[in-house]
Amino acid sequence: MDAVDSQVNVAALTASVKLERIRAGSHPFVLEVSLAVPPGITILFGPSGAGKSTVLDCIAGLARPDAGRIAVAEEVLFDSQAGINSLPQTRRVAYVFQTLALFPHMSAEENVAFGLDGVPRAERTARVEEILKTFRVEKLRARKPPEISGGERQRIALARSLVTQPRVLLLDEPLTGLDAELKAAIVDDLRAWNAARRIPILYVTHSRDEVDSVGERVIAMDHGRIVSEGTPLEVLEAPRRKRLAQAAGFENLLSGTIVDLREADGVMRVRLDGGNCEIEVPLGYAAPGDRVRVAIRAGDILLATSQPRGLSARNIIEGRIIAMETRGTLVRARVDCGVEFIVHLTPGAARTLELAAGRRVWLVLKTHSCHLVDE
Amino acid sequence: MDALLLSLKLALCVSVILLAGGLPLAYWLAYSKWRGKFLLEAIVALPLVLPPTVLGFYVLVAMGPRGPLGKLWQVAFGHGLAFTFVGLVLASVLYSLPFAVQPLIASFESVDRKLLDASAVLGAGRLRTFWRVILPLSSPGVVTAVVLSFAHTMGEFGVVLMVGGDLAGGTRTVSIDIYDHVQSLEYADANRMALVLLAISFAVLSVVYAVNRQVGRQIGRPLWTPWTAK
Repeated sequence: MDAVDSQVNVAALTASVKLERIRAGSHPFVLEVSLAVPPGITILFGPSGAGKSTVLDCIAGLARPDAGRIAVAEEVLFDSQAGINSLPQTRRVAYVFQTLALFPHMSAEENVAFGLDGVPRAERTARVEEILKTFRVEKLRARKPPEISGGERQRIALARSLVTQPRVLLLDEPLTGLDAELKAAIVDDLRAWNAARRIPILYVTHSRDEVDSVGERVIAMDHGRIVSEGTPLEVLEAPRRKRLAQAAGFENLLSGTIVDLREADGVMRVRLDGGNCEIEVPLGYAAPGDRVRVAIRAGDILLATSQPRGLSARNIIEGRIIAMETRGTLVRARVDCGVEFIVHLTPGAARTLELAAGRRVWLVLKTHSCHLVDE
Repeated sequence: MDALLLSLKLALCVSVILLAGGLPLAYWLAYSKWRGKFLLEAIVALPLVLPPTVLGFYVLVAMGPRGPLGKLWQVAFGHGLAFTFVGLVLASVLYSLPFAVQPLIASFESVDRKLLDASAVLGAGRLRTFWRVILPLSSPGVVTAVVLSFAHTMGEFGVVLMVGGDLAGGTRTVSIDIYDHVQSLEYADANRMALVLLAISFAVLSVVYAVNRQVGRQIGRPLWTPWTAK
């Protein structure tokens, strides 16, 4: 093993966890995962109920697996065979909950200093000061959580966890409910903090947008198991299962009927319900007359203001913009083509093309951007 | 006035003891996952349903010269336990136990569990989590517990009569004093004492309800309804 590899291994988190929970009136929930989290941000992605939070609880020591082993570098936190199960307060694993769980009776500063019990006063003050600055909340130090706005509460929760110099950081949908710009700013500050320290950060989310914007690596979970892992592109571009496809945030999920198969071309034509609209999709196991569902990402659709010619893309659909809506650095257009499509573009593109409600446009779809989803 | 002072002294002792003992007991009852917990919950609630005479009877037997507690006391201190102030405190603590423990349990249970998890992952042990997180967020429950144990002890009659007897300056509390006055047809004296007791009880319960209402507004539901315990 060379030097770089061993250095990476020193800080990595490894966890293999098996846990079964009996649920009243339904199938028992079985969690069985094995994951390695290197330094940097790894996204744990999947629909709600997939078991993502339970994995975090096991790593933090708040839930006890039936079997498995959890270690940070060489230090074992849990090992069912060796009978090791260290207490959450001794693990040095920081955990930011979705609800943040800031102490409502303490000021922001007291919240942040909470984890520094036993640290000499001078050092404690200095560390609290530094982390409040890093997360840009030094002005809020005297305020209590109920008086602090969303976004800033998230920053204080991060500061409170990171001031303890943890070996691992667990984040359970910490930025839910914030707009894209605020999210990006907080993630940037988190990245900056971690640039020097390089601890493993496991970031749970069910939002595809966050996978794209936050993740360096992605582990996708469903039904208590890992279904794929890799870069955001690898994991999200090949959703094979219906549930994951939906969770992966296909903004356009359209039902239709297969019209004909063109085996020589490797495509089939699908007539979409509720309109006079036919599109070409990749050839699959289907017969004319079968019902299918087609998933298309809003970001995979091109918009043109005049009818395009000479393109390789096979699906060019005429329509009219119903509404435009700007969300942070994203413009979301609703286009009526008999069937309604959602299209994402950048504010710059929307400006240059002078797009507005009522404008006539053409949608351009590559055949391979149209994913078939199980009915 | 001796009787009033004695009652106040008794109520104060009982409240302090119940607070000190009630905190760990309520903590355990609120957070333990032991399957037999319901047994202890039932025992703590017993004084709510038993006639004071039944409780008083058993306590008296236990504290008597042939009872286990009485014998132990005799060996340790050279005198009996029944019909003494200490005996009275002991009996009153038992009798008022649910009035202290139940509001404490209710307020401990209303603390968001995620805050306890957060405290643990930030490195705090159970004791530190209790002092820094659970107790400050349960302060209305603590006030209710202290105030109710105080008020309930001030107003008790049956247990005091059984265990304390009626020794002037030693075990004659306000409620017994009133009873004695009525027995002797001294209605003016009885009325005066009764009014004092009424005023104290009213003031105390007003505090409980005011606290309950204020916290109820904060957490969206009443913290505790004193009537369920009476």
